[in-house]
Amino acid sequence: MTTVTLGSWPGGFAWAFSRDFRLAWRNPGETVLVIAFFVLVASLFPLGVGADMRLLERIGPGVIWVCALLAAFLSLPTMFSTDYMDGSLEQMALSSHPMVGWVSGKIAAHWIMTGLPLTVLSPLLALQYGLQADTLLVLAAALAIGTPVLSLLGAACSALTLGARGGGMLLALLALPLFVPILIFGAGAAEAQASGLSPSPHLSLLGAGLIVAAVGLPSAVGLAIRIALD
Amino acid sequence: MNWFYFSSPATFYRLAGWLAPWFFGVAALLAAVGLYYGFIVAPTDAQQGEVYRVIFIHVPAAWMSMFLYFVMAAYSAASLTFNTRLGAMMARSLAPTGALFTFVALWTGAFWGRPTWGTYWAWDARMTSELVLLFLYFGFIALSNAFEDPRRGDRAAALLALIGLVNLPIIYFSVHWWNTLHQGSTVKLTGTSMHVAMLTGMLLMVFAFWTYSIGAALTRVRSIILERERRTRWVRAL
Repeated sequence: MTTVTLGSWPGGFAWAFSRDFRLAWRNPGETVLVIAFFVLVASLFPLGVGADMRLLERIGPGVIWVCALLAAFLSLPTMFSTDYMDGSLEQMALSSHPMVGWVSGKIAAHWIMTGLPLTVLSPLLALQYGLQADTLLVLAAALAIGTPVLSLLGAACSALTLGARGGGMLLALLALPLFVPILIFGAGAAEAQASGLSPSPHLSLLGAGLIVAAVGLPSAVGLAIRIALD
Repeated sequence: MNWFYFSSPATFYRLAGWLAPWFFGVAALLAAVGLYYGFIVAPTDAQQGEVYRVIFIHVPAAWMSMFLYFVMAAYSAASLTFNTRLGAMMARSLAPTGALFTFVALWTGAFWGRPTWGTYWAWDARMTSELVLLFLYFGFIALSNAFEDPRRGDRAAALLALIGLVNLPIIYFSVHWWNTLHQGSTVKLTGTSMHVAMLTGMLLMVFAFWTYSIGAALTRVRSIILERERRTRWVRAL
């Protein structure tokens, strides 16, 4: 009896995750760039609108969310394109692992590199904006649930624009409108907390969005990659 | 009768060329009657005066903007599942008309909002989701034209249309909870609170816009077919 190495969802996930994580770990420039961009843009807002603490506290959650959105978007173009250029994406598609598995692994690695550092850093920025301690925690929690959805949606748009003309701008046009609900619920959670309401409806909706996106989008990303490789 | 007879671009080209003028003609007729109802028969509104007559353009345009996105996504789904060329061409030819109606709905809405709400633009739920819809149309058009190989653009844009279709209700409900100033629906399936002449004029305009959209899409799909099939024998024989 011949032995055939059968691919599996967890096998593909673990393989792609550890590969992308190791690549980013050995070449941390891009992750640092994303974090620097996030902090820089968030620090520009007080310079633009003035240092009135009440105003800053009011706009803080929204500004931090918009900055997180832009920072997450910044690293999208290279998510699949380097692997697409050197042909490794094609080899991954030919591997025995199901596409959904390794695509999810790549998306998870992308989130660890961008969404997680932003979430960890957000309380510091929130202090710059003078947010209260409880609001700050809700903001971080909303970012922790919301940024994976950004990575998932962004991955779909990134895979769709593989090999397209005008990549970066096109990607912005596709991805940013789809980010709208995440922005609304994410910033809404912190705002609800700040105005004395319960943030849990917003957080629950974000969680529901994360579950739907995590189940549905990896197969859409897989289909987009197949279209690109045809 | 073979229903797949017209799914070949060569036969559909002739069918579209024959049908398009009829749809344009019906659209002009319906629009003429609809505008007559809208401007002459329909009474002045008790609260808004004459300004409300924007409704005869605004509401049909807004309905068609959403409906055309749905039809475009349906053609996209068909083209992805059955790998047909014509479905993708139809989706492509519907997108500019859909974007146009979205823009018209936003534009007329701004001019309706100024006298009644006192502002051209408010960050209201329906306006915001209509604006996002406009960006979704732009994204579809940009992505479908971003590739050297038109079939590649067809399939990528088709997948984008489907992702957008799933997202559209989520976007709508998210902005709905976020902020609502716009009035609720007046026209419901269970009956309506509108004057009969107003409703007649509006529905006539809806059908006028609908038939115009079909005519415009058929005309546009003819150009796309000619462009794609320019190397085939039947196009050279034309």
